[in-house]
This record gives sequence, structure tokens and C-alpha cells, in this order.
Amino acid sequence: MGAPLLALTVAAADRSFFEWVAYLFARYGSMFLSGAEVTLLISLSGTIVGFAIGLLIGVVRTVPRRPEASWPAKALRKVVDVLLMVYIEVFRGTPMIVQAMVIFYGTAQAFGVRIPYLLAGFAIVSINTGAYMAEIVRGGILSIDKGQFEAAHSIGMTHGQTMMNVVLPQAIRNILPALGNEFVINIKDTSVLNVISVSELFFETKSVAGTSYKTFETFFIASVMYLVMTFTVTRILRLIERKMEGKSTYTIHGSQTTPESEIRIRGGV
Amino acid sequence: MADAPFLEIRHLRKRFGTNEVLRDIDFTVRKGEVVCIIGASGSGKSTLLRCVNLLERPTEGEIRHEGRNILDGSVPIATYRAQVGMVFQQFNLFNNLNVLENCVLGQMKVLKRPRAEAVATAMRYLDKVGMAQYIQARPAQISGGQKQRVAIARALSMEPEALLFDEPTSALDPEMVGEVLKVMRDLAHTGLTMLVVTHEMAFASEVADRVVFMDEGVIVEEGVPSVIFGEPKQERTRTFLKRVLR
Ligand SMILES: Nc1ncnc2c1ncn2[C@@H]1O[C@H](COP(=O)(O)OP(=O)(O)OP(=O)(O)O)[C@@H](O)[C@H]1O
Ligand SMILES: [Mg+2]
Repeated sequence: MGAPLLALTVAAADRSFFEWVAYLFARYGSMFLSGAEVTLLISLSGTIVGFAIGLLIGVVRTVPRRPEASWPAKALRKVVDVLLMVYIEVFRGTPMIVQAMVIFYGTAQAFGVRIPYLLAGFAIVSINTGAYMAEIVRGGILSIDKGQFEAAHSIGMTHGQTMMNVVLPQAIRNILPALGNEFVINIKDTSVLNVISVSELFFETKSVAGTSYKTFETFFIASVMYLVMTFTVTRILRLIERKMEGKSTYTIHGSQTTPESEIRIRGGV
Repeated sequence: MADAPFLEIRHLRKRFGTNEVLRDIDFTVRKGEVVCIIGASGSGKSTLLRCVNLLERPTEGEIRHEGRNILDGSVPIATYRAQVGMVFQQFNLFNNLNVLENCVLGQMKVLKRPRAEAVATAMRYLDKVGMAQYIQARPAQISGGQKQRVAIARALSMEPEALLFDEPTSALDPEMVGEVLKVMRDLAHTGLTMLVVTHEMAFASEVADRVVFMDEGVIVEEGVPSVIFGEPKQERTRTFLKRVLR
């Protein structure tokens, strides 16, 4: 080990790996924790806002094309489609680390404003997630059986009503695993935001490593913390998914022989 | 008003690309009438029904509902559709909603009924089709016959003047066909206007006021069941019936 640099405490030279880990965590715990907090904050809010962006775009992109629409309506539709496609392609086709640099320094140069680091990080994750979710949501909507739309239309429901009450609830349930996946990816990928000095976990870990010179031990702590976060989030999402599957039984009402008898049939969807 | 025209279909044509699926369809459905449409696969029966409900936009022609052409944009489509319900071969129950909510949604969204009234109406029709006990069940948890009965209750909950049925029993296991036909038979006696595409010839001959035989996008022959099934005038009708009644 880099023995000459370990002038931190008296017994420094005698510490084992795990003692170092324990020591570093005790000494710099608040930095690690605040880094983890920022990581969670940005990835959670970025995932939620990105999902909202994706929902909006997915819904817009699946509005049916009407051949009888007026030409300005058709032209507007075309423009919107092209813009959304450009957005999706650009943000899916470039690394988030590059997007972070371009957006952060680009806005600084173009408008002379420096976006606060945290806000910049949040915005980049949201926009990036939005591009991915837009395609996932669109796929989710297109995968819903056409019969669901037709049944709703046949009783006079509008496209909007059908979306809100019938199609989106089913589509969202189907894409929930993909959304959870996006969240986990974001927890890990917010680490690239250190290039624009967002004080998330990777950034904080780097500072600790810089002051303590114990690079391996500090990043070992960071990996455990990332793992704890992703693992916990994955479990929680599983739980939510299971909840959303709904009850596998239902109650028969007013049956005289066996009142409130439970019928047990697995939902096949 | 037993024989006031409810629907008048005039010179209806429907093309998919260059494929003309309906060619100059002309016929009238009177209030309270039960009309069964029969014909070979691909003859355009579903397309006709879907045009009547505006799920497909006709290429040419008129569909008059109580005298007003629903294709000229003067009639609000939602209002018209609420009055002309549809029952599908594949049931198409809303998969995210339980049996009761399936029957409540349209009433609240389209007819703007308050929830209590919508629930009461839904319960009345679910009871009529024998599904009132299953209000909490989700579509995935009930049998095909039960699904179709709920789909009928959903359509009835809108209290429409007419119901369109597109082969309502074709996707069912044989032992479940009877329960659905029974519900439809009961409905036919309530004075509801019904337009039924079906392969159930026994049902058609028993329940229909009129039978329409379609082939290759045209109406070949129409008349009372005893004539269509007993002494059809057209060769094509005879050939078709010989094949299906064998
Ligand atoms: N959306 C569509 N696009 C192109 N062609 C279509 C479409 N819908 C139906 N067709 C064609 O129109 C013709 C008539 O179809 P339709 O479904 O109306 O027949 P059908 O009489 O209901 O037959 P079946 O008894 O099999 O249900 C068929 O040749 C079919 O391929
Ligand atoms: Mg058909």
C-alpha cells in the first residue's frame, strides 16, 4: 500500500483493508451519504419527469392520423412528428456524459447563464430518460389490442377518454418493469454528472479518495452504496408490480348457497 | 312506430385500397326489427357492421339514422354511437376494469351519468344477462360465455336503440354458445333493434324478422327466414345454404 502517504492517524500503517473501509466511512460518512442522497434525488426525480415526458410524447405520437384532417392540421402533425423523432434519436444516440457537457457548457456560452449544478443534472437525466421512455411508452400503447380501442369507440368514447381510462392503465402496467429498469440505470448513470460537478455519489467519492489517497477503499465503499441502492429499488419495484397485478381472486355476490365464496382463478394476462 | 325506418343504408361502398369490399349496399332496418346477416367468410359482413358503427369510414354512400345522414358531419358521432352499440366476436372487455366498471365507464364518460345512476343501470343489465354476481371479477377471470354476456350488458348499459352483433358466438367453446344465444333471444323479444352477423342458422331462422344474405360485397337476397331458408330465390343463396346446413 502507499504507506508513506498514510499520515492520517497514528496506527494508519497497521490498518487492514476492512479497517480502512470502516475508518473512511466513519470519517467521511456524511460525504458519502450526501452523495448518495443527491444520486437518489436526481435519478428518482429524473426518472419520474422523464417518464412524464415519455408518456406525453408516446401519447402524442400515437394519436391516429385522420385522412380527412385539414392540411394545416396535417402539416402541424408532420412538424411535431419530425421534432419528436429528432429529440429521441439525438438523446438515444449520444452518451449522457457528452450531453451533460454540451448542455451545461452550451447554455453557459449561449445565454451567459450557469445553471445550478443540481438542476442541470436533474434536467439532463430527465431529458435523457424522456427519450428512452417515449419509445417504450409508444411501444406499450401499440401493443394494446386494437379491440380495446374499438370497444371504447363503439360506445361513443373519444380517443382521449379511451387513452386515459382504458389504454394507458394497461400500457403503463406493461411498461412498469422497463420504467424500473430505467430508474436503476439512472442510479448508476448519474455518476457521469461528476463531469459537470454535480455532487452525487461518484463526485463525492472522488473527493474522499483525493483527500485520503485510499482510492481502492473509497471506491469499494461507493460500489457497496450503489449496490444497496439499486438492489433496494429493484425489490421495491417488484413489490409494486406484484401489487398492481391485482387480486387473483374475486368474491361472488349474493350467491345463496355459499355467500361471499371466493373463486380462485389465476388471471391469465 | 313499429316500422319507422331506424337505419337506411344507401349505395354504401367501402374500398380498402383497390379492394372493393362493399359494393352498393342498400337496405333498411326498421325500429324494433331483428335482422340477421349471413354469408360466406370474406363477403363483407363485418365491414358492413363496422361501417354502420363508423369504426370504418365508408368510401361512398349514406347511412341515415332516423332520417339524418351520419356521414355528413351534422350528427355528433359520440351521440350516435352511444345509441348504436356493438358486441364483438372477441368480446373486447376493458382488461383493466372489473365487470361492473366495464359497464359503468361509458355511461359516465359519454352519457355523463352520475356514478350512482351508472352503477344502478349497470347492475340492472348485468342482472339481466345473469352476471350480477360477478361484478368484482376481472375479464381474465371469467369464461368466454361470461365475457360475452358482460359485453352485452356493457352495450345495454348505454341504453341504446340498436345493438350490432358481429359473430358474437364464433369465438366461444360450443358449450357456451347456448347461454349467449339465450340472452340474445330474450333481447330480441324486448323490442330492441338488432343487427346480427351470425353463422348460427338455427338462431337466425328462429329469431330474425328478416335475413340478409351477402356475397362478395353485395346483398344477394333478403327476406323472412322461412323464405330465405325454405325457398331461396337466388342460386348463390342456395349454394351457400347447402354448404352450411349440410
Ligand atoms: N382493414 C382492412 N384492410 C384491408 N382489407 C380488409 C380490412 N378489413 C377487411 N378487409 C377485407 O375485406 C373483406 C371482407 O372482410 P369482412 O371481415 O368484412 O368479411 P366477413 O364477411 O366478416 O368475413 P368473416 O365471416 O370471416 O368474418 C376481406 O377480403 C378482408 O380481407
Ligand atoms: Mg367478420
